Amino acid sequence: MTTGTEAPKYTKKDFESDQDVRWCPGCGDYAILSAIQKTMPDLGVPRENIVFISGIGCSSRFPYYMNTYGFHTIHGRAPAIATGLRIARPDLKVFVVTGDGDGLSIGGNHLLHVLRRNVNVTILLFNNKVYGLTKGQYSPTTEFGKVGKSTPFGSPDRPVSPCLFALASGATFVARTVDRNVAHIEEVVRRAALHRGAAFVEILQNCNIYNDLAWNVLYDRESKIMHELRLQQGKPLIFGPMDDRRGLALDGVKPKVVRVKEVPAEKLWVHDETDPGAALALAGLQSPQFPTPIGVLAATEAPVYEEILLQQEQKAIADRGVGDIEHLLRSGDTWRID
Amino acid sequence: MSNPVGTAGAVTKKRRELDRAVVRFAGDSGDGMQVTGEQFTIETAWAGSDLATLPNFPAEIRAPAGTLFGVSSYQLQFGSQRVYTPGDRLDCLVVMNPAALKVHLGDLKPGGLLVVNTEAFEKRNLDKAGYSANPLDDPSLAERYRLHKVDMTGLTMQALQDLQLNAKEKGRCKNFFALGLVSWIYTRPLEPTLQSIKKRFAKNPVFIEANTRALKAGHAFGETAEIFSEHYSIEAAEMPPGVYRAMTGNRALAWGILAAGARSGLTVVYGAYPITPASEILHEISLHKRFRVRTIQAEDEIAAVGAIIGAAFGGTIGVAATSGPGIALKSEGIALAVMAELPIVVFNIQRGGPSTGLPTKTEQGDLLQALYGRNSECPVVVLAPRTPGDCFFVAYEAIRMALKYMVPVLVLSDGYLANGSEPWLIPDVNALPEIPVSFRTEKEGYFPYLRDPTTLARPWARPGTPGLEHRIGGLEKEHITGNVNYEAANHELMTKLRAEKVRRVAQEIPATMVNGPTPGDLLVVGWGGTYGAITAAVEDAQREGKSVASVHLRYLNPLPPDLGQILKQYRRVLVPEINLGQLVRVLRAEYLVDAVGFNQVRGQPLSTQDIHDAIDQVLEELQ
Repeated sequence: MTTGTEAPKYTKKDFESDQDVRWCPGCGDYAILSAIQKTMPDLGVPRENIVFISGIGCSSRFPYYMNTYGFHTIHGRAPAIATGLRIARPDLKVFVVTGDGDGLSIGGNHLLHVLRRNVNVTILLFNNKVYGLTKGQYSPTTEFGKVGKSTPFGSPDRPVSPCLFALASGATFVARTVDRNVAHIEEVVRRAALHRGAAFVEILQNCNIYNDLAWNVLYDRESKIMHELRLQQGKPLIFGPMDDRRGLALDGVKPKVVRVKEVPAEKLWVHDETDPGAALALAGLQSPQFPTPIGVLAATEAPVYEEILLQQEQKAIADRGVGDIEHLLRSGDTWRID
Repeated sequence: MSNPVGTAGAVTKKRRELDRAVVRFAGDSGDGMQVTGEQFTIETAWAGSDLATLPNFPAEIRAPAGTLFGVSSYQLQFGSQRVYTPGDRLDCLVVMNPAALKVHLGDLKPGGLLVVNTEAFEKRNLDKAGYSANPLDDPSLAERYRLHKVDMTGLTMQALQDLQLNAKEKGRCKNFFALGLVSWIYTRPLEPTLQSIKKRFAKNPVFIEANTRALKAGHAFGETAEIFSEHYSIEAAEMPPGVYRAMTGNRALAWGILAAGARSGLTVVYGAYPITPASEILHEISLHKRFRVRTIQAEDEIAAVGAIIGAAFGGTIGVAATSGPGIALKSEGIALAVMAELPIVVFNIQRGGPSTGLPTKTEQGDLLQALYGRNSECPVVVLAPRTPGDCFFVAYEAIRMALKYMVPVLVLSDGYLANGSEPWLIPDVNALPEIPVSFRTEKEGYFPYLRDPTTLARPWARPGTPGLEHRIGGLEKEHITGNVNYEAANHELMTKLRAEKVRRVAQEIPATMVNGPTPGDLLVVGWGGTYGAITAAVEDAQREGKSVASVHLRYLNPLPPDLGQILKQYRRVLVPEINLGQLVRVLRAEYLVDAVGFNQVRGQPLSTQDIHDAIDQVLEELQ
């Protein structure tokens, strides 16, 4: 994935750029930035080999604040630009930072294809369910009926689930985390960054200006108990108060919430992140009837796009040697005029 | 060069010497006219003629058989003098069905040779072509043209009688019969076609035999049949000595890209989304992984340009080709490369438009789009090749410019150049200009938007270089530091720097070649694929003693520094273009000259005769 160069011992500070951070005070992006800067030293990658690529939107200012290589590109196209960079330079560790509008509206097509191809990039999608930089229009993840600047009579759009979208696109790593849980962001992003292939992380993020507390059920200490489902590999899916734990079980292929004490232990749905079908079912759980899964939904293996390209190139060279332009120009039918 | 393979014991017929000939093969899309034309081209090249070709085929992949819109054709002009174009009017038309006759007969010169496959002239095909009666029965056809009715299908079937093939498979060989016949008519050698049949059907010996027999049968038919009283030969042209090959524009582009990659030592990343008529470049480059050219067939046009921008950021050459609506979709990406000052090259194989337009037909409608068609002040270098073979050199030059000036370069080829072919003198690769590339590694004093004093290029600091970690993007950058900056004075400075950087490319432009007298009455100025037609028309007019010269522009932005002075040496400037007048506007605006346009937008190359007429008209007005 990256060069064999030994990375120096870094601290978080090494990844802070000299630019003033210019998100609104109270924005969830601050916590995410801090968590990701903190994760960087754990990757074992020399700083100069790390690149952050973003599109347009509040989240896409991210690269300016990372003391790595960075490219703030155009709306929705970061996955395409990152793909080209990986093809050109498979020695680099490439991150894509995007948002719900950038990644799922204007850039939905590119997101689909970077995941489908399994390009080795780590994609961080900040989901605040609103367009922030353009001042408060509804986004593709905004709930149906939401009143906003462009929808004074309620949004007529049905929302898309980022994790469902990623899984349906063939993503080999899909996870969800929350801006208010810095330790969890670090844990999930570390795993995502070390995944071989396209890793997709939805980070639920608060826009305190245009969509404050959109994820409040997951912030509030009380409601969180019934609404947050922490995923742990090989463990049953349980949540709820300690004295009356709830669990998920499958009725055929249909998920249902059960009281743990009322069902035999083997009836509980055990999390298996290597099963893409189960991940789809998990990602499809709708709040508030079901809790929101937090953690790694899927982690599977598949061939990596740019590695295949490189193998083809190396094989062509091994079979017939490096291309010789003089020889090529004279190949096929030629004739001499004296 | 080589003697034709003939059949022994044939009657020797009169052979007449010609200077040049224009031949067109026309038939149904399923009749193999493109292969026939390509083979005839190779035979002609072997014979030492200069030549130019014009393939013309429908946009539909399998157009319904026998229909007018399903007609496919291949035209070439060859001669013992320099040949600049595929020719205007036909000396010889070969038609395989009634639809082809209907579509193409109007282009045949009066008294021209008309060779018809009679077998296809039956009721169903006549109906589809809209003929109420068989046109071959109309005596006026034979009065106006030298008509030769040949049952090509029947004669082919006869020649293949004992082969283990069904009737349909045998019938399909009739195009080689036609090729054999026309090869006899113009004394072209069969060897290259015999060799190519062997290669093409290597896995299927019975098809080698069948097509070889059909070819020879057609040739023998010409020699022995009573109907042809004479045939023709054309002396080898005086061409510069060296090794030649047939070259199409799209292949030349692809190979120019490979050559620039090899010469610069950089990896090339080629991004593409399939689109006519640019797709062959992707196909061609994909074959050559040994040259460390990495291709991506992207999910759309936008992703294709995105990928090459990412590649350029990574320190490789980013190249893409597209056409028509594809270039519109790439505008946003090209503008990012302008802002980020990254070296990418985008080839536009222009086709008829707007919108989907005429995908398989040629046009020069995208010049103003290339120059001005992006939001805000967004200058790029714009180049245009003039012949199929020239695409090689222009592709190479475009990459050299992009790398030297850290700037996007657009290249305007077109459908005619892309598919057309010419005999191409294989160049000495080592004689091409060097493409030096240097990456910044020095930490001390580094800023992303420092500038080279000569080229104004900013340093290329590849990711992976310790100590040069930096951020760039589409937001306006502060001069030198590259930090995001919204200040008025800085924006104006950066806007001017981006323009000046492109302007400085003018220092690369060699003195403009003027073909003809300076000063003079009329200067004809062209660009791109109209070179052949303009040059032929201007040279014809010069032979008539007229005071006419021509200039053909390769650099469209910046324009050659000496162009303004040249324009002033003529009483009038004429600008022929396949659009409604684009370069002519630029010349009027830039140089305040009273230039006039000659414009056609018919999806076809301009004809030499039409340009000649336009020249005469302007000269008349000057009287």
